[in-house]
Amino acid sequence: MAIIVWISRNYYLRSPVEACLILEGQILIKTGGQASPDSPGGASEQHHKNTHVEFKGVSKSYDGHNRVVKDFDLKIQTGEFVTLLGPSGSGKTTVLMMLAGFQTPSEGEILLEGRLIHDLPARKRGIGMVFQNYALFPHMTVGANLAFPLEVRGISSEERKERVERVLRLVRLEGFADRHPSQLSGGQQQRVAIARALVFDPTLVLMDEPLGALDRNLREEMQYEIRRIHRTLEVTMVYVTHDQQEAMVMSDRIAVLRAGIVEQISVPEGLYEAPQSAFVARFIGESNQLLGQVHRLLEEDNVCEVKTGGEIIRALKVESCGVGDHVTLSIRPERVKINPGPNQYVNEVNATVRDLTFLGDQLRIRLATCGIEDFIVTIPNIVGHGGLVEGDSIRIGWTTVDCRALNYEHPNPEN
Amino acid sequence: MAGSLTSLRDPRYRARLRALALVAPLVIFIGVTFIAPLGTMLTRSVYDPVVADVLPNTLRLLDSWDGVGLPSEAVYAAASEEISQAEAERSLGLVASRINRVRGGLRGAITHTSRELRNVQQGSRRESMIAIDSVWSDPATWHAIQVTGERFTSRHYLNALDLQRLPDGSVVSQPDERRIYVHLFWRTLMISALITLLCLVLGYPIAHLIARSPPQRANLLLILVLVPFWTSLLVRTTSWIVLLQTQGVLNDLLVAIGLIGDDGRLSMIYNMTGTIVAMTHVLLPFMVLPLYSVMRGISETHMNAAASLGATPLQAFLRVYWPQSLPGVGAGALLVFILAIGYYITPALVGGSDGQLISNMIAYHMQTSLNWGLAAALGGVLLAGVLVLYVVYERLIGIERIGLR
Repeated sequence: MAIIVWISRNYYLRSPVEACLILEGQILIKTGGQASPDSPGGASEQHHKNTHVEFKGVSKSYDGHNRVVKDFDLKIQTGEFVTLLGPSGSGKTTVLMMLAGFQTPSEGEILLEGRLIHDLPARKRGIGMVFQNYALFPHMTVGANLAFPLEVRGISSEERKERVERVLRLVRLEGFADRHPSQLSGGQQQRVAIARALVFDPTLVLMDEPLGALDRNLREEMQYEIRRIHRTLEVTMVYVTHDQQEAMVMSDRIAVLRAGIVEQISVPEGLYEAPQSAFVARFIGESNQLLGQVHRLLEEDNVCEVKTGGEIIRALKVESCGVGDHVTLSIRPERVKINPGPNQYVNEVNATVRDLTFLGDQLRIRLATCGIEDFIVTIPNIVGHGGLVEGDSIRIGWTTVDCRALNYEHPNPEN
Repeated sequence: MAGSLTSLRDPRYRARLRALALVAPLVIFIGVTFIAPLGTMLTRSVYDPVVADVLPNTLRLLDSWDGVGLPSEAVYAAASEEISQAEAERSLGLVASRINRVRGGLRGAITHTSRELRNVQQGSRRESMIAIDSVWSDPATWHAIQVTGERFTSRHYLNALDLQRLPDGSVVSQPDERRIYVHLFWRTLMISALITLLCLVLGYPIAHLIARSPPQRANLLLILVLVPFWTSLLVRTTSWIVLLQTQGVLNDLLVAIGLIGDDGRLSMIYNMTGTIVAMTHVLLPFMVLPLYSVMRGISETHMNAAASLGATPLQAFLRVYWPQSLPGVGAGALLVFILAIGYYITPALVGGSDGQLISNMIAYHMQTSLNWGLAAALGGVLLAGVLVLYVVYERLIGIERIGLR
């Protein structure tokens, strides 16, 4: 019965006959377009209705040799907030520009609501875009900037006025319509830029590092603001940033890019808790990375033993590997326990305290252990530091689950 | 004394003095080479004391003349005496040529009279002067003397605007055959406007191209734009003669490809066409450079933004790019227009007879006819026109520009 409710919410049934068919349990039969979904296409296009944007093996090369984006695959659901996260030069902006229509892919396909958009010029894609430096037109007032997309669409002046007011209310800038962009603060300009990308009711909004020019506090405020707008309007958003915290705050899913390749696509928690590569582990949050060689494979649950710096560490095998393979072990600083009880952890090693840094909410301890000099452990500032001083010899321990054996990376790789 | 010493020790005062000393050379230079000549020229256009200095008594006595009949015997006496004296002092030529400008033919009459007056010993001066030359019985002659005798005069400006003052004081147009300056001013304005428009049409895309090029290519293109700046004006102009003359490269080419017959060669130089082509070429950099500097400040993403908002390329250009480039358009147009209005060498070389501009007429009066008063007045009118344009620019673009920042 719940299924029927779901179906009748999404489809306007034309006749009782169809309803009967459904009642008889043949819900998933292809009705050949007899059911009318509330967006174009029949039931057979259900897939496309939910997938708003799809990248299929997209590559981009400017000079014919070096590809700045390599075999990029990504499906973005309608209403989703997806962030492309990566350091500069990772190709994230290029991906966005291809979607916006300012660049064309060298290979592969980009589909917008199931339609190939390569031949569609940017102005016909109906995608709202917020640019890095806002790109507000300095010779127009805020109101004129916002009315511009409506004007070129031939919308009447009364409706323009009404919609401009509505969108100004949405970004909380009522009464600013007659100002020039130069008379606004950075944060206000940012809001205008967002409002302008929304005023013509696009279903897809792209943002290219929109908060880069703002100071820290304002940036955080705007992150929540953008999230609020996303939830209010239920539009699909694709956001580009190099700031992992920004990505964490706003995104439903994050695609981590590196040198034109997608390293991992996941929900924010997934990236942090289950990084699939050493790069992601390092880029999202902080992680101690130990280089080692697989010593033994255990039967249970993909666990392996890794030899590193003279210690044998038991880790979760993420990368498929055999005995003797080189791997990177990744351990989050806050998952390490200082001076654990006897046999509390599978992994326990000796360490020497190199220095202590008090950071207010936490204490940051740099240790020499497992052959490296900068093994970081953080402990929340609720237990005190237990009288630790520089030079102390201590024991540290962590679980197998908190230690992930990832792909081997040469020390000090770029990025 | 003590006070000035303390102020000299005051570092702020000394810094200001130092600044003044650094600026002084430029101030003096501008004063000597720009403001002083300009002042002299403007003065000359309204102040002409030569006749008043040489014929003071004649002019004073003429004041009581009714202006209709012949002046009194006393006027003739004073005139003959002062003419003789002026001849002896060799200043009669200047006086004669000035009077001659107001009424043609009087130069000869005056010099002739001065020579003949030597032989006249006694009797009525009026009768002897009229006997020497009949012009002395014509009231118009005395009017001419009266007019040129004004120390401060508007006649040069009236002349420059094709007007004249009748003996009764009313201002009327010159007779048709003497009306040349207003037409010439008008033609100068029109040609300058046309050249400005051509420079804008030709320069706008170039400036845009340079502004959007990567730095290295932009430099190269800028150099190409600036090459005309670096070559001698004469070389450039001569090249145009080589290209455009009747037996020139372009005509030969057109004949060779059969577009025109050998007898139908186009005359593209020594006329208005030549002036327009050569001046557009010479002045193009003055349009490109201000445009370029403004366009470089227009963010490239604006056009992308406009496209993403749904604007066609034309809409994006008209609504987003063009308005932002207006300060450059204004600056370039003003620069080119003002330079074109006062341009002299190019029209003189390739303008022929119908390609001459007002500056060529000013040069003529400075060098050939030696009517400096009229030349100064023509220059004054030109200056006033330029100032008006500048004010218009300030109002239209200058204020708008402040709004942009």
